Amino acid sequence: MEKISTVTGTAVPLRRSNVDTDQIIPAVFLKRVTKTGFDDALFHAWRQDPEFILNRPEYRGASILVAGPDFGTGSSREHAVWALRDYGFRVVVSSRFGDIFRGNAGKQGLLAAQVAYEDIERIWEVIEADPGIAVTVDLVERTVSAGALTVPFDIDDYTRWRLLEGLDDIGLTLRDEQAIAEFESHRAAWRPKTLPIREPAESGSL
Amino acid sequence: MNDAIAPASGPRTLAEKVWDAHLVKKGEDGTPDLIYIDLHLVHEVTSPQAFDGLRLAGRPVRRPDLTIATEDHNTPTLDIDKPIADLTSRTQIETLRRNAKEFGIRLHSLGDKEQGIVHVVGPQLGLTQPGITVVCGDSHTSTHGAFGAMAFGIGTSEVEHVMATQTLPLKPFKTMAINVEGSLRPGVTAKDIILAVIAKIGTGGGQGYVLEYRGSAIRALSMDGRMTICNMSIEAGARAGMVAPDETTFAYLKGRAHAPQGADWVEAVAYWRTLPTDEGAVFDAEVFIDADELEPFVTWGTNPGQGVSLSDVVPDPASIDDQHERAAAERALEYMALEPGTPLKQVKVDAVFMGSCTNSRIEDLRAFASIVQGRKKADGVRVMVVPGSARVRLEAEAEGLDKVFEEFGAEWRFAGCSMCLGMNPDQLAPGERCASTSNRNFEGRQGKGGRTHLVSPLVAAATAIRGTLSSPWDLERDGAPGPETPVPAYSTSGAEEK
Repeated sequence: MEKISTVTGTAVPLRRSNVDTDQIIPAVFLKRVTKTGFDDALFHAWRQDPEFILNRPEYRGASILVAGPDFGTGSSREHAVWALRDYGFRVVVSSRFGDIFRGNAGKQGLLAAQVAYEDIERIWEVIEADPGIAVTVDLVERTVSAGALTVPFDIDDYTRWRLLEGLDDIGLTLRDEQAIAEFESHRAAWRPKTLPIREPAESGSL
Repeated sequence: MNDAIAPASGPRTLAEKVWDAHLVKKGEDGTPDLIYIDLHLVHEVTSPQAFDGLRLAGRPVRRPDLTIATEDHNTPTLDIDKPIADLTSRTQIETLRRNAKEFGIRLHSLGDKEQGIVHVVGPQLGLTQPGITVVCGDSHTSTHGAFGAMAFGIGTSEVEHVMATQTLPLKPFKTMAINVEGSLRPGVTAKDIILAVIAKIGTGGGQGYVLEYRGSAIRALSMDGRMTICNMSIEAGARAGMVAPDETTFAYLKGRAHAPQGADWVEAVAYWRTLPTDEGAVFDAEVFIDADELEPFVTWGTNPGQGVSLSDVVPDPASIDDQHERAAAERALEYMALEPGTPLKQVKVDAVFMGSCTNSRIEDLRAFASIVQGRKKADGVRVMVVPGSARVRLEAEAEGLDKVFEEFGAEWRFAGCSMCLGMNPDQLAPGERCASTSNRNFEGRQGKGGRTHLVSPLVAAATAIRGTLSSPWDLERDGAPGPETPVPAYSTSGAEEK
């Protein structure tokens, strides 16, 4: 995973709450077996509207998305993160994220920065007044800055550390391979196993 | 038995007990705990990139014997003996088959008697058991919490992580008790309970929490009803929902293919009895719902929190104080083409979808059949009944339910996720309105431009008969001959019928 410390770019104000992952990427685009190539699928239904914010020329090429509360609710599809990343976003700012989305973002190097709602309003005002303004998201300082405005954001320490270091989660966990093996050696034998395949013990039950 | 690592002192909740029993390594200095995963369910949509990741890193699946795969999201519900027409869907299915073979994963493919929606298959096989941890690359994994398991959805990166390590690094969840006391009136079901819970706490209300559903109304539910409730925990923002295991749970599990047997069964049940939340354990938050007051419920908007009693009217956004909620309501009504103040029972539908991991188990089909039996569907309404698994389909056919559905005018399909998310050809056309027993009423969820009202199987059945959103109570008022079983065996207590 690529290291992130600061991201500077233009930002898009998405004045909507409850942007669920079905809106970020509809299910029909989940049939691909690759992790890339989802940029056209991002907000697919909304982008059919020429007035939709991403279609406005002044917000082309933005790398920071600033959305209303409860961004990324619903489905676990990591495709939502891949689509945002493929489109060019490096950061999503919201006052509240869906839990699974936030976790997925952290694994894929998309920074999910949680900002108090009043501050989201202030950022929206700044970037709507001047769509070309450079916005900086500083992961070291945990701040979002645009012009004279600087506001703090929240991210859990562990995700922040992993993003700063660009660390692969699986590699980290495998350092504890011995602890995992130790745990397994004490696991009760009757805990369910999928293999070997078993048939029902009693007739008449499924 | 060594599953219980040194218990924390003091009374604990069900969720805390399961967590403690799966602690591989306690996190230090802000690092997460490492949690062991007992059961990993896999399907075609969220796994291909995870298998690719393993291949790239040269890693095996650590525990194929704790992993099981099925095909559900993409699969057609008609002509299942023919090659899948949609090429990208077919490729995804074929990719799962190749991956399962290469990595030694048990797979139930389309046409197999154990194929079906992943959250219907796990419990049916007896793999979902009290006190275990269950994950799947699907947010409705919360379903399995009905057994007193800690079960939650994960993204594809985490799917790869579990495949490689059989663990996940996780921060402990907070706990929230959802107390549902009293008795449901006839015609009111588990689905109405959970829709009412979500309307009460909102789509973000459960964020960061494990919900534990408690109280007499929950205890009285069958396993199928409990699964319906836990299934939609994610719709309240909670990754997991749980119900403490009890006699209903044990009766459901006994004799299932992968349930413990003989001496193991005795040991397992003894352990399961230790799991319920201790007297005096403290939840981080509590919610109270009066079951006696509940009515059949329906959503009017585009998130599952936007719901009211079916006897109510479409709300006026102007009456909503919170500015985001108000803006969301305005947008939702525009998308749903509804006017404030309209009685919901005047809303006409084009389609009824009876299925999904929320409501596609045998009891759901029986409930639907009990209402539609001997009747004809409303003209112009398309009714689709999709069983949750091939087993459920066989069971329904053995009971003659397929004939009931067909005589009613419904389409009787093969098992899968189907129109819940419209990844296969089962989709709404733009502008079509559907009463759906599924879990999400998001914009375009059931097909681009489609409009979804979430309801229970009983409301779906009554709606299919009348052509407008209706409860079973309305059928009685119509003076039409009542269903043979006016109160479907749905909210009653007791052991599972098998």
